[in-house]
Amino acid sequence: MTIRAQIGMVLNLDKCIGCHTCSITCKNVWTSRGGVEYAWFNNVESKPGVGYPRNWEDQSEWKGGWELTKGGKLRPKIGGKLGVLSNIFANPDLPLIDDYYEPFTYEYDHLKTAKESKTVPTARMKSAITGKFKEKPDWGVNWEEILGGEFKKRSKDYNFNKIQKDIYGEFENTFMMYLPRLCEHCLNPSCVASCPSGAIYKREEDGIVLIDQDKCRGWRMCVSGCPYKKIYFNWQSGKSEKCTFCYPRIEAGEPTVCSETCVGRIRYLGVLLYDSDKISEAASAPDEKDLYQSQCDLFLDPHDPEVIKRALADGVPQSWIDGAQNSPVYKMAMEWKIAFPLHPEYRTLPMVWYVPPLSPIQSAAEAGQLEQNGMLPDVRSLRIPTQYLANLLTAGDEEPVISALERMMAMRLYMRGKTVDGTEDPKVLEQVGMSKDDMDDMYQLMAIANYEDRFVIPTNHREYAGDGPFDQEIAFSARSECGFSFGNGCNTGAKPKANLFGTQTHANTLSGTPRKVSGDQS
Amino acid sequence: MAEYVNTFFFGIYPYIAIMTMLVGSILRYDQDPYSWKADSSQLLHRKGLRVGSNLFHVGILLLFMGHFVGLLTPHWVYEPFITAGQKQILAMTAGGIFGTLTFIGMSILIWRRTTQDRVRATTKFMDMAILLILFVQLVLGLLTIPQSAKHLDGSSMIALAEWAQHIVTFRGGAAAYVMDEPLVFKLHIVLGLTIFLIFPFTRLVHMVSAPIKYLFRSGYQIVRKRG
Repeated sequence: MTIRAQIGMVLNLDKCIGCHTCSITCKNVWTSRGGVEYAWFNNVESKPGVGYPRNWEDQSEWKGGWELTKGGKLRPKIGGKLGVLSNIFANPDLPLIDDYYEPFTYEYDHLKTAKESKTVPTARMKSAITGKFKEKPDWGVNWEEILGGEFKKRSKDYNFNKIQKDIYGEFENTFMMYLPRLCEHCLNPSCVASCPSGAIYKREEDGIVLIDQDKCRGWRMCVSGCPYKKIYFNWQSGKSEKCTFCYPRIEAGEPTVCSETCVGRIRYLGVLLYDSDKISEAASAPDEKDLYQSQCDLFLDPHDPEVIKRALADGVPQSWIDGAQNSPVYKMAMEWKIAFPLHPEYRTLPMVWYVPPLSPIQSAAEAGQLEQNGMLPDVRSLRIPTQYLANLLTAGDEEPVISALERMMAMRLYMRGKTVDGTEDPKVLEQVGMSKDDMDDMYQLMAIANYEDRFVIPTNHREYAGDGPFDQEIAFSARSECGFSFGNGCNTGAKPKANLFGTQTHANTLSGTPRKVSGDQS
Repeated sequence: MAEYVNTFFFGIYPYIAIMTMLVGSILRYDQDPYSWKADSSQLLHRKGLRVGSNLFHVGILLLFMGHFVGLLTPHWVYEPFITAGQKQILAMTAGGIFGTLTFIGMSILIWRRTTQDRVRATTKFMDMAILLILFVQLVLGLLTIPQSAKHLDGSSMIALAEWAQHIVTFRGGAAAYVMDEPLVFKLHIVLGLTIFLIFPFTRLVHMVSAPIKYLFRSGYQIVRKRG
């Protein structure tokens, strides 16, 4: 057993209002540069719909994620190593920019310079790539906003698998939900696996998956490898880019920009401890429906003294163990079982989890009464089909989703009884197997959702990155790096171990570490 | 004068070109690793790329390896197995086949780069320059085949191999071997050296990063410790 820590995220879809604030703030911070106009590290999709890029969820088309070989071994769906290299000259599984959308702007200058005319001048649409006029946009990051477009097209949604979908095209039966998406920072990332240059890596200390821009050669295999299509090829720089989980903020103990700015307070960030030796075992469960459970089995109880001891020995700082104990993500995913990974069937063990949304009760409108399941209305009669949610979150297994929806509904009933009617009904709690304390806790975290409850992010301990438990040199050399610095300013990425034009002979001795002399064993 | 020009282009220019390639590449890799990339335009335009790019890359890599082995293998190594004449025919056949494949591939790529809006809009000067230079070089190479067919004894090939081997082993008098060869060979060599010369300033550098190491990566995952 080797314990590692990961910062995970939970999105409570029950509270997402689809305002796109997360997308916009993310875009302003991360993808406002040339070549990534079309890229949205965070985007919000209206479901059902085929999404962005078009039909991304259907891996029979895009070949993202992993598959099991006949021998039961994991292999990227785009092919093993030889397969990846044989496609390097032209990647057959790469989306075209039109599958996202062609970036464009408007010819605003024309409004200022147009000569006098009978009609009002207009700012026509121009392609950002070619500079040529386009008549109109024909696809975009949020083309299907609030069920825009025809049902026939939207219903190609992969999550309608095994569902008689025709009735959902009728006005009376229609349903929708929002799905904000970002990089999943997977435990078993297939982008890392498919990068021939070895430029993509998972950080040991917090699990964030990053692309080394200096090592990326633009072979663009990661774009295909990622089943969530959350790696974007910058067509100006020729490098791939992806969500960084706002690592500079996370290191400082601050939430990601998308989480910080979420007006619905639907996002949660917290630490999970997991056994990194069991990753491939968990990801290769033969039955897709077991993947949700096998991923849950990876996570360790941060209150277990044995786990704590082991984690400390494996170099997880105490503050991170404290963080794991108070982690909202652990509570929602592991204790209450109300949050689920997105498409576990891709076998990447994603780490951005979702609380399924409740929806109005379908039959209530028709019959004037609710179908009851014990104390609770039957969640199967909710407007959003549970099978649809299960296809999204548990590889089609309805049971965990139903249980989660019932718990959320029970929380509402219980709290309504407590605060409105002044009666606490324990029967509701019994039915969903939760205690009063659990309910109060859940209510506090999900309904009140205070900032400090939602974001439990221990600051990054750089000193733990060395070989020993506390590496002074790393801790202290990090300071005074920028400003009057050596080499190319604060450009740390390109700093080679040995510089062609002379390497520093002395590290910063203010760390109290004397200069190492060769032969010195200490 | 002719001898002076000959000595410059076949005795001195090779060293200028190769040194520029080596030093230039090392400097670029060290000082500006961000610019070291394949610079694919596949995201913007797919049509024809699958056929064109594969034919071009496979063809040109085999041509490159053929030249490398053909020119730098000393005569005595292959002599026991194959005569110079046979080797010349082998070289002409292989060169002809792969040259044709490359020709088809490059034609598609040039069509893409010159006529397709999105690719054209993202084409840098050096992208176009190196593509056209490679194409001219390919045509020159193909034109040497009928020239070679005039004398199949392998003497011309041996002379060129001697030249190349003298150059890489720093022996004087290399240029003399090429002096009396037909013009098309000379042009092919000079342009080839020019490609070496401009190599570090083009996207060609990505061939140095051919990710062969990927095949030997243990497992699939990479976890980095922060240092």
